[in-house]
Amino acid sequence: MKQKVGLVVGVLFVLAWCLLPVAWIISLSFKTQESVTVGNPGFFPAEGTNAGLDNYRSVLDNGQFLDAIRNSIGISLIATFLSVVIATLAAYAIARLEFQGKKFVLTMALVIAMFPVVSLVGPLFDMWRAIGIYDTWPGLIIPYMSFTLPLAIWTLSAFFREIPWEMEQAAQVDGATSWQAFRRVIVPLAAPGVFTAAILTFFFAWNDFVFGISLTSTEAARPIPAALSFFVGADPFNRPASLLAAAAVVATIPIVVIVLIFQRKIVAGLTSGAVKG
Amino acid sequence: MSTVTAPRTEPGDQGARKGVKPPVSDRARAENSLGRKLVAPAIVLMLLVTAFPMLRALYLSLFDYSLTAPDDRAFIGIDNYVTALTDGLFWKTTANTVFIMVVTVVVELVIGFAFAMVMHRVIFARGLIRTSILIPYGIITVVSGFAWQFAFSNTNGFINSWLPFVGDDFNWFAEYPSSIAAIMLSEIWKTTPFMSLLLLAGLAQVSEDMLEAAKVDGATWWQRLTRVILPNMRAAIMVAVLFRALDAYRIFDNIFVMTAGANGTESISFLTYRQVIEQFQLGIGSALSVLLFISVIIVAAVIVKVFRVDLAAARQEG
Repeated sequence: MKQKVGLVVGVLFVLAWCLLPVAWIISLSFKTQESVTVGNPGFFPAEGTNAGLDNYRSVLDNGQFLDAIRNSIGISLIATFLSVVIATLAAYAIARLEFQGKKFVLTMALVIAMFPVVSLVGPLFDMWRAIGIYDTWPGLIIPYMSFTLPLAIWTLSAFFREIPWEMEQAAQVDGATSWQAFRRVIVPLAAPGVFTAAILTFFFAWNDFVFGISLTSTEAARPIPAALSFFVGADPFNRPASLLAAAAVVATIPIVVIVLIFQRKIVAGLTSGAVKG
Repeated sequence: MSTVTAPRTEPGDQGARKGVKPPVSDRARAENSLGRKLVAPAIVLMLLVTAFPMLRALYLSLFDYSLTAPDDRAFIGIDNYVTALTDGLFWKTTANTVFIMVVTVVVELVIGFAFAMVMHRVIFARGLIRTSILIPYGIITVVSGFAWQFAFSNTNGFINSWLPFVGDDFNWFAEYPSSIAAIMLSEIWKTTPFMSLLLLAGLAQVSEDMLEAAKVDGATWWQRLTRVILPNMRAAIMVAVLFRALDAYRIFDNIFVMTAGANGTESISFLTYRQVIEQFQLGIGSALSVLLFISVIIVAAVIVKVFRVDLAAARQEG
């Protein structure tokens, strides 16, 4: 009995830890901009300062923010797709084939996962300007791919090791063509792993800040995190807190939707062999 | 790089399934070549964005080179390194970074372990807990930084009114101790869930029979924790510590958003960024990049040595 009470308290603590700051940023997004400028302390909007959806309307009317959303979605999806395709090839080789240099690939992936990204910002800034992809989508897609590959390769090779590959031959013995065996047997088994890798890769790209602020200079490619940090409003010493909060909530919605739909897969992927995304 | 990864050579685990192959069979050769072709794109891409720019940084670090005056570029040997290493700012930011790393990792380890215990034992609301715990993990770090900055704000926040021991107009971002506490809280909040998921995976590997046996033998709760649970999930803890520590050492986003490095809260990543991107000092900035890279290697090597992290486990082999 005592243990059960402790467990309930523990669960409540975990939930409060995870959700309280999220509830706070949502609550803040409902404070009116005027009240925030003069000061409106407290968790909930003070009496008479509830802005309703005004802040959200301003955010969605803001061209810079809409550009940033478009950039973030486009760049993250393209980087995710390419990274997962390349990682699938590599992970298949690592999980199924014996070849020289396998250890080298795994070691390199480990080193890159630990790489201090800021130390690349200077040379990449210089290189990207020289070859003309500074402040463009490819300028961000390329580094995102490189830095998500280790994560994707690990997750996928962990998944691929678990697949009973003999089933492919079994299907062929039963009269399936190679393509049918691959399409009907292997693809359904491998899909969850590929999917998990894609979600974790997408999280990384959506989250990135260092490349986002260093390798872009205009709305042409600036992603959401960078746009949020540059979003100072009229008075740079008094940030429009409630407006920023509304923008932050909008930027978090895709993450929450993905988490709600795929939580089981994400946890499996994270614990089966991934590092931070 | 070899210090980080000094591979503890073990034969590939696939060997067992296929049996030991003769070294030069056609099939083995074909497999070898296919394997290399399949990993080639990944290797090229990873090297293109890391090794090549790193070598370029090494080269640029030997020049007095500023983007504001690119024509005045001059070779100055190791002067940039001398400048950086004899400047108190470099050591101050490094000390601050190490401080952040140690405090956040220790706190995350303790709270993350408690979370993992709760998730491991709980039988109700599993989906809800899993969903909740993934939200801080998935949220943009910049958003987390803003949320906590505004929460600590004395004009629009709520923390001052909730905490009994600070005045309502206390300015958290006016001095070092309170600013760094706010930054570390944001960092800890966001990354503890990740830590707890890694520890949960380790916890799941501790055998229940062994715990039961210890209980029957009269071991107390504390003894079971320190003598049975922790030793058996050592590998998981070490890998979690290694990755989280290196991640914390690279802290950048939260500092950028919450204090922009004011009051001595600057980290080594932030200092490097500021030199390169804000001040266009590519020469000294590249030297700092190289020093940052070297210091990450040192931190990784120290952790691997001191805690004897099993890198084969970290690489998901076997």
